[in-house]
Amino acid sequence: MKYGLLTLTLFIFSCNTNQKEPAPLEIYDFTGIEPFLNRDDSKTYVVNFWATWCAPCVKELPHFEKIQKNYTDDVEVFLISLDFPHQYKTKLQPFIQKHQLSSKVIVLDDPDMNAWIPKIDSDWGGAIPVTLIYNASKRVFYNRTFTYKELESELKTFLTP
Amino acid sequence: MRRSTSKFYHLKEIILLLFVLFSTLAFTPIPTENGYDIGDVVTDFKLENIDGKFVSLSDFETAKGFIVVFTCNTCPYAVLYEDRIEALNKKYAKLGYPVIAIMPNNVTTKPGDSMEAMQQRAKEKGFTFPYLMDVDQLVYPQFGATKTPHTYILKSTKSGPVVQYIGAIDDNYSDPSLVKTYYVENAVDTLLNGGLIEVSKTKAIGCSIKI
Repeated sequence: MKYGLLTLTLFIFSCNTNQKEPAPLEIYDFTGIEPFLNRDDSKTYVVNFWATWCAPCVKELPHFEKIQKNYTDDVEVFLISLDFPHQYKTKLQPFIQKHQLSSKVIVLDDPDMNAWIPKIDSDWGGAIPVTLIYNASKRVFYNRTFTYKELESELKTFLTP
Repeated sequence: MRRSTSKFYHLKEIILLLFVLFSTLAFTPIPTENGYDIGDVVTDFKLENIDGKFVSLSDFETAKGFIVVFTCNTCPYAVLYEDRIEALNKKYAKLGYPVIAIMPNNVTTKPGDSMEAMQQRAKEKGFTFPYLMDVDQLVYPQFGATKTPHTYILKSTKSGPVVQYIGAIDDNYSDPSLVKTYYVENAVDTLLNGGLIEVSKTKAIGCSIKI
């Protein structure tokens, strides 16, 4: 009986944790995303375009997380997800929860890609991952993947006074 | 004395040879790092189709041109366009612009794009176009394809197939019923009518080609 009660209690607890609602997603079209690409303050912004279905993106994502953790004061990381709307609940939200992403995740949902891709960078063909690092005085678009070391040394070129 | 003269001649010949070599190199059009641009002549290829036969552009003797699509099984964007690629072939193959699909990924990195998987998908979806594998990954860099799906429209000319359009199939990957601009159809229709293509380059998100 005792054990039965304990099992029941555990069961209820585990149900509660499972039922915990994931944080709502911030979803924008390109007009809504633009302000995140053009902030004009003292911080340096690291903007990574990714998706849960993109294997090389998922592979380098921990490096961006690590950057956010190691440079809390003067750097802000934005992870712009290009996941498909029908997979927000089934793929994206579970991914964010599972990996406890601490960087800010923003979702870009704008099917008219030819209209907005060139506005991010004229050399970008549309393959992901890509990364934009910018601050008030410098802006570089990276059509490549990063190791943590590579990402950090790029970031440092923005931080040196 | 003789010896030194002959040596001197050797040197002269070598210099001449080097000069010829360099001048040949200087005048040989080398494809840029970024691949073909609009107006470039495409070098033909020979790639294995899902039926085991090898396919080249020159096999299509009567083709007015081609709709070359770099695509694969595993990229969600490519999957969203599968039916539309098949529809393009149904509509334009008989008008002289067949679809040639090329799978550019390294199958060790993406086992879901193996020849068997390509055959399976083609069977399930009833593909009527050649679905070729760029097994040595030499063709997609020539084109400058960077992602799947990535489309090139070629027009047959006396000097070979010439690139007329590079980019996306249309302007809405997620919902075919919401498409406003049919880039590829507009371009092929224009070519069939002998006009000039208005939009010859477009951008779209895709999956990077796996090396």
